[in-house]
Amino acid sequence: MEDSYIVKQISIFSENRPGRLAAVAGALRDAGINIFAFSIAEANGFGVVRALVDRPEDAYRTLTDLGFRVSFTDVIGVKMRDEPGGLSDIASILGDAGINIEYAYAYSGKDAAVLILRVDQVEDAVRQILARGGELLKASLFR
Amino acid sequence: MFWNREMETIRPDELADLQLKRLKWSLAQAQKVGLYQRKLKEAGVSPDDIKTLDDVEKLPFTYKKELQAGYPFGLFAVPLKKIVRIHTTSGTTGKPTVVGYTRQDLENWSELIARNMTMIGLGEDDVFQNAVNYGLFTGGLGFHYGAEKIGMTVIPSATGNTRRQIEMIEDFGVTAIHCTPSYALHLAEVAESMGKTLDSLRIGIFGAEPWSESMRSELERRLGVKAYDSYGLSEMYGPGVAFECPERDGLHIWHDCYLVEIIDPETGERLAPGERGELVITPLVKEALPLIRYRTGDVTRLMDEECACGRGQKIARITGRSDDMLVIRGINVFPSQIEHVLRALPEVGEQFIVYIDRVKHLDEMTIEVEMSKAGFSGELRDLARMQKKISDALHNTLGLRTAVTLVEPGSLPRFEGKAKRVIDRRGAI
Repeated sequence: MEDSYIVKQISIFSENRPGRLAAVAGALRDAGINIFAFSIAEANGFGVVRALVDRPEDAYRTLTDLGFRVSFTDVIGVKMRDEPGGLSDIASILGDAGINIEYAYAYSGKDAAVLILRVDQVEDAVRQILARGGELLKASLFR
Repeated sequence: MFWNREMETIRPDELADLQLKRLKWSLAQAQKVGLYQRKLKEAGVSPDDIKTLDDVEKLPFTYKKELQAGYPFGLFAVPLKKIVRIHTTSGTTGKPTVVGYTRQDLENWSELIARNMTMIGLGEDDVFQNAVNYGLFTGGLGFHYGAEKIGMTVIPSATGNTRRQIEMIEDFGVTAIHCTPSYALHLAEVAESMGKTLDSLRIGIFGAEPWSESMRSELERRLGVKAYDSYGLSEMYGPGVAFECPERDGLHIWHDCYLVEIIDPETGERLAPGERGELVITPLVKEALPLIRYRTGDVTRLMDEECACGRGQKIARITGRSDDMLVIRGINVFPSQIEHVLRALPEVGEQFIVYIDRVKHLDEMTIEVEMSKAGFSGELRDLARMQKKISDALHNTLGLRTAVTLVEPGSLPRFEGKAKRVIDRRGAI
């Protein structure tokens, strides 16, 4: 049951220099892949581009064929109320359950804001959020 | 001043007799080692064929890679119980070269250091700071025991903590220091920034990396020392093989302990005095690790003019290498060693490039590594861990700290011919 809420994020290794994000984004554009959300994490000369896309398998193949180092990472997408307290609700659920957030990024969609979370215990997180009335993105949104 | 006037100024005819006698002894010693039995047999020469010093040319060369192939103790001519110390030096690939010393070897070695230091006017009134790496590197303990032998007050300061080194020079009234020339320059700079003039210092002994005459004047001006060049290699005990006298016009090679030739590194043919080529040494008194016509890889020439100091044979200051060995922070590094380490790591992709730079007078090594497919988990912290793993593996093998930069696959240059994966961007010092 929890599996149906575990979403595949693609993580792409990138050097921290001009034009690298453009190269990734351009490749996805050419393959007709839509990016829902992305973030860049940087450390010491290189970084990891993290993205939630509509067709993760295709994105993986496209980027790998171009020589990028790509891997999948399990994340969850939690819908938040787009008003004060939205983030606090979700963070409290995880905090109370002793689940650690490794990183997070968010986007504001048509009907709600979505928080993308990488947590240390992903199945536990799904159960806790659903049990406390939270709403998660379904994995089936991503082919 | 002389430590051993008789040997240092021995008459040429007496020297030739002594060298021949010792050469025969060394060959007998080498015959206790399987490698030399095989090599002499293959060359069709027996120790009995050596009747004059010139006959040494009939003997085959010994190469560093052969020493390495004997790892760890295959080249020792004495049983391990007679070995009282071991040092190692970098090999051309994974395994180091192991150098063993009998008690007599250590005695011989400290005798040579004693000669070197006495020759430049050092003695029991001096306070000596030995600011080189102690441990497996021969520069530390080698100078240490020679300096104690002549009664100097020895401070085994080793390397690191430059401000503390400067405080010690001041507080202990240090008169002589031994370190690499690049570290000496760094020391001068830090001392200047601390407003210290290091008035007690009068002599600097610099070695383990080649350095120029302009570096000499700079060090002398900034440290207020007279600077002397020291030459040696671990295979020949360590430092002390050749050393400058107060004339500072070439280094006296200790003729009673080392028989020297200069050869063309391509053809192996012996060159005439004055011609520049590769230095080949046959040690004459080494017990534990005898060597026959050892290819040092160092480029120099024999100087045949007489020296005003009265001592014998001199070689010119080393100007470079006949192979691709690099000297980084005084440590010998072969590009093949670096490749060997990196190729063994699954995280490292097909290409890498090593850059060597000089930052504030100190050598820095940076490696750009293309990540392999297996290397990327998607997590930033795994990348940081990978950087550390690569850097640690290099540190273990080379004894050098390295900065590792991860780069995207395909971003490093590809080579059609011979790959050039190590790029030395340092200028001459």
